[in-house]
Amino acid sequence: MFQALFGGMLIGLAAAGLLLGTGRVAGVSGITGGALAPRRGDWAWRACFLAGLVAGGLVMVRVVPGAFGTIPRTLPALVVAGLLVGVGTRIGGGCTSGHGVCGIGRGSPRSIAATATFMLTGAAAAFGVNHLLGGVL
Amino acid sequence: MRLVVSFACGLVFAVGLAIAGMTNPAKVVGFLDVTGAWDPTLAFVMAGALGVYAVAWRFRRGLAAPVLGGAFPPRPGAIDARLLVGAAIFGIGWGISGYCPGPAVVSATVVPPAAAFVLAMLAGMALVDRIDPVLRATRLQPARES
Repeated sequence: MFQALFGGMLIGLAAAGLLLGTGRVAGVSGITGGALAPRRGDWAWRACFLAGLVAGGLVMVRVVPGAFGTIPRTLPALVVAGLLVGVGTRIGGGCTSGHGVCGIGRGSPRSIAATATFMLTGAAAAFGVNHLLGGVL
Repeated sequence: MRLVVSFACGLVFAVGLAIAGMTNPAKVVGFLDVTGAWDPTLAFVMAGALGVYAVAWRFRRGLAAPVLGGAFPPRPGAIDARLLVGAAIFGIGWGISGYCPGPAVVSATVVPPAAAFVLAMLAGMALVDRIDPVLRATRLQPARES
């Protein structure tokens, strides 16, 4: 529990640093999507943030290897899930970080509505896989 | 300097996600499935992140502009069907896999299934960028800042 709280505070701190330093919203789907379809002068900071994410993963797998788990999902299930996440975040303008942390953290009604929605459908999908499909997909 | 700060924030963000347990997709699904053996610990991740960010947002009001230049984000618009449909689609993918974009990118070079997920996610994003008239229109506008 304290670990979750501490990790969460680090996430908040990183997002706060990006906001106060550069004015940017630390939404991973938005940063990634914007890097895929870049506008002039708007690509480098996105690439640097994403490189930081990847570097952080490479550091953490050496420090705390157990932090990275897997889940019993077939490759087609992961691909479909990835497609849904890519399409949904692009249409909905954000994900857990952009809407869930940065948006709610600034009191945005849009982000509160989006977060409530994806928590609800996420819970429904998790329920479906765990209880209707026996936890494997 | 903006680029260094962006990199550093990405790094700390990733470390936070890993410490918080978000890079463990089975744990995330265990949090989302409230009817099973519910694991509520991930609620504390959100509480910690929101608490710190909300303070930063208040602090922001005292600043005319970001420390390293540029502009603060514009005010959020109204809730519309597009927002809710997109969020609903995203949630289904999240609930199936236990991955949302942040933890997936952090895990992509570490766990092969996450790499497959990220490639599919990028394809989904590129697809919407290509066919969605709203996003196509915004891409033709100049960037908010350079």
